[in-house]
Amino acid sequence: MEPKTKITAEEGKQEIIITRDFDLPLSLLFKAYAEPELVAQWMGTKVLKLESKPHGSYQIETSNAQGIVVMRANGVIHTFLPNQKIIRTFEMEQTPFGVQLETYESEAVTEGTSKLRMQVVYQSVAARDQGLKMPFAQGINWAHNRLEEIISKLK
Amino acid sequence: MNLRRDVFQALADPTRRAILLLVATQGMTAGAIAANFDTARPTVSKHLQILTECELLEQQQNGREIYYYISAKKMKEVADFIEPFRKMWDDRFNALETLMKEHQTKNL
Repeated sequence: MEPKTKITAEEGKQEIIITRDFDLPLSLLFKAYAEPELVAQWMGTKVLKLESKPHGSYQIETSNAQGIVVMRANGVIHTFLPNQKIIRTFEMEQTPFGVQLETYESEAVTEGTSKLRMQVVYQSVAARDQGLKMPFAQGINWAHNRLEEIISKLK
Repeated sequence: MNLRRDVFQALADPTRRAILLLVATQGMTAGAIAANFDTARPTVSKHLQILTECELLEQQQNGREIYYYISAKKMKEVADFIEPFRKMWDDRFNALETLMKEHQTKNL
């Protein structure tokens, strides 16, 4: 079976294309991106601000189990065409990753299913590659931390 | 881990990718590999050394000759490096789908 979420990251390019088929009508898929309370729920983050309109802006914040903020990100919304397209920037605050330009395009496949295509453009090829490898690197770090945890218990 | 011999860095070079393609189906000697390129033999040797150091290539002694083979295991690992990124998005989208399905039922 084809995976529902597909990633395309061509060698030497600054972009990543993410596509996904949803078992949801187009209007519901789009709503999940437009309303702050819904974004907060599925992203598992706190939405400090979300103005879903052209020239709007947003800010999100994620805390760890101890309530300490571990990530804050913000951006501006350039285009907001209901059920069709969102163009926005994304930048993690106080990190060296730079700003990303994100274009979300959605369309209906059938009455009850829809499709999302997301293009993320980074400031450089190196930044793109770093972004792509981040979850991989984190996975290694977590495995390493878990190993350290186990070892420390053995002592 | 020596970052200079990072597999992704090794794969970023077009000549090294071409070498991997050459030995993908059968083992080859350094000489046979070099014959496929216009570049100087020592340059090819350097590429072979880098690919071997990051374990993308394996060497096998056959009489007086050393044959280079592709490491299927390492290539599989590299092919999978994007998988955690895909998984991260897949998890997010699954959460979105589940949430909106509940939302749909509630608002009927």
